[in-house]
Amino acid sequence: MASLTQTVDRGTGTMDVTAVARSSRRPGTWRACRALLRRDFVLAWRRRGELFLPLLYAVIVTALFPFALGPEPELLGRIAGGVLLVIVVLAMLPALEAMFRADLEDGTLEQWLLAPQPLALLALTRVIAHWITTVLPLIVVMPLLGALLDLPMKVLPILIVTLLLATPLIALLGAVLSALAAGARRSGILLALMLLPLVVPVVIFAAGAIAAAQSGMPYLAPLTWLAAALVLAIVLAPLACAAALRIAVES
Amino acid sequence: MLRNGQAGVVGERAWKWGRVPEHPGFRNMSRSYVPHFIHWLGSPPNFYRFAGNVRPWLMAAALVCAVIGLYGGLVLAPPDYQQGDAYRIIFIHVPSAWMSLFIYAAMAIAGLVALVWRVKLAEVIAMECAPIGAAFTLITLLTGSLWGKPMWGTWWTWGARLTSELVLFFLYLGVIGLYNAFEDRRRGARAASLLALVGIVNLPIVHYSVVWWNTLHQGSTVNLFGHSSIAPSMLWPLLVMALATHLYFFASILGRARTGLLSLESGKQWVRQLVTDTSR
Amino acid sequence: MTPPHAPAAPLLSASRLAFSRNDEPVFGPLNFSLGRGETVLVEGDNGSGKTTLLRVLAGMLPASSGDIRFDGIPASRDARNGRVLWLGHRTGMNESLSPRENLAFLAGLYGTRAGQNPDTAMAAVGIEAWIDEPLRTLSAGQKKRVGLARLRLLPGDIWLLDEPYANLDRYGIDLVNHLVAEHCRAGGAALVTSHGAVRFADPNARHIHLVA
Repeated sequence: MASLTQTVDRGTGTMDVTAVARSSRRPGTWRACRALLRRDFVLAWRRRGELFLPLLYAVIVTALFPFALGPEPELLGRIAGGVLLVIVVLAMLPALEAMFRADLEDGTLEQWLLAPQPLALLALTRVIAHWITTVLPLIVVMPLLGALLDLPMKVLPILIVTLLLATPLIALLGAVLSALAAGARRSGILLALMLLPLVVPVVIFAAGAIAAAQSGMPYLAPLTWLAAALVLAIVLAPLACAAALRIAVES
Repeated sequence: MLRNGQAGVVGERAWKWGRVPEHPGFRNMSRSYVPHFIHWLGSPPNFYRFAGNVRPWLMAAALVCAVIGLYGGLVLAPPDYQQGDAYRIIFIHVPSAWMSLFIYAAMAIAGLVALVWRVKLAEVIAMECAPIGAAFTLITLLTGSLWGKPMWGTWWTWGARLTSELVLFFLYLGVIGLYNAFEDRRRGARAASLLALVGIVNLPIVHYSVVWWNTLHQGSTVNLFGHSSIAPSMLWPLLVMALATHLYFFASILGRARTGLLSLESGKQWVRQLVTDTSR
Repeated sequence: MTPPHAPAAPLLSASRLAFSRNDEPVFGPLNFSLGRGETVLVEGDNGSGKTTLLRVLAGMLPASSGDIRFDGIPASRDARNGRVLWLGHRTGMNESLSPRENLAFLAGLYGTRAGQNPDTAMAAVGIEAWIDEPLRTLSAGQKKRVGLARLRLLPGDIWLLDEPYANLDRYGIDLVNHLVAEHCRAGGAALVTSHGAVRFADPNARHIHLVA
């Protein structure tokens, strides 16, 4: 601080005219997305303690079911697939609510909006980072949770494939709602209320696939529907999310 | 300076949509693109007066239709050969179910207009649609439940129609909840409009998935109109009731939009004028 | 102070620009233009609409009437994005990340000026020693300086600076003035809000005075 003139002089030589000109190098979208991914991963690592909370929630709820329903393996095994699916959806909720809130509060979203990058792609990148850091761990512990509920071994791979299709879909839908709710007052139940109608089809098809696998019936059709819906959501949800973020920043 | 009567804001959005107005501003834009009457109606004071004049007539017509429809349905129409008199609840249930979808569509269209052109009147109409639609949806659910008890012996069944209707109810609640969670009502209206649009993409998917789910589980799916043709003596009261609910909806939305506009525009000259005129 | 490029149209111009919130006029109608090498100081009391004016220019709020042009082209996302640097009340940076991480992320979105990187930018604002500390451990004035480092680092010829002098000491104020002057010499332009009480470096700067 003492040598202000010095620091200022150091700067003068390097500020060059061409850099200011219109054609200054805009980074490619791919580079921007990578920068965002790196930032979100670093941030998740800084707060890695929080990443365990959904896992803990899922384990606790799973462990409660045998106490509520009795420990008969046949009963537990029959309902395990659907129960685990619902637990994953519920465990995703709190993190979904916070997807854009911090960035809105500290002004980062303003910087997103003015960046020479498509906002929808930034939103999609955020969803990918979010899914990897908060949802993927839940899927990784599925074998453990499945064992707690006597999930038949032959169903486990189908359950995991189903979750790999269904959870990104829910994260994409949740991102739109989270962006919509970010500009509003904090209200915990609002996101769940808005999400419920949107996840009904996802849950139906995901549970349909699991149930079909469990009873030895063909399960490919519901999985294909999920995949189709996922593709549709990858295209449409970021656009809606970007529109919602613009409304959130407007104040 | 923005003064009374200017319905909305266009600015940058107009260019985005490929139109470069000579003088940006809603008036000029709409003059060239929207029929003159709608443009005239888009201005809050004009709408306020127009709605105030039309509303009583619509409400009266709705009442007359409701009386005729109910008399036709409850008295003139013969009892059903299978369901006896219990079927008569369809004269409430079915028009309500139609309205629940119709109002959602109206809300989504108004919401789209609100989002794209930022027309204040459209925001108000979209948001005032939601409670009316939610009410019709609730009526549909309750009457369906009342009908279900004598027909299937249960208050609730996870049939495709009832389940879709329940999801629709939650969509309405979400729109209402989001709108009310915003401090700034105009921002809340636009956010909730976007949610309504997301919902309208979602609705067919919900319906299809619920139908699929229902056939999968071989549940208590009861086809309400198993007989594909409905007797004319039952059909005409149903159609008159549908007309009555539509008229009621239009009367109701005009009234609600009037009060909504009054509170949004409370600082404006025309509202002040109105207040001094009526209190005198 | 001669701009290096002879501009055909001003970098940024506004005509009959006005904004109303809930039908209460906040500012305007305003006419002004901002050419290369120019600084415009927006003055006014608290609540006179300075921040709102900047947000409208940045496209974060829709104008109620009037129009905004960049290089004579009507404002749109394409015309604006990447050219405008925004320094607002909020830092625009994450508190858990260090200045280096924050600046690197923004450089990923915006690109960098030739020859600049987070190290040089932080050195130019005199707080290179804090470059790897989490932002939340920095003082308010230091955070503001990280924001100034962002201006140094990122390309963008139109600076919209909302109260850049807040939280800064005497040297910090000189630093802002120096950065703005340097930016204008390099062909940029800046719109700076202030509630007065700050000596502005460029005596030729034009003023917009907003009244509440």
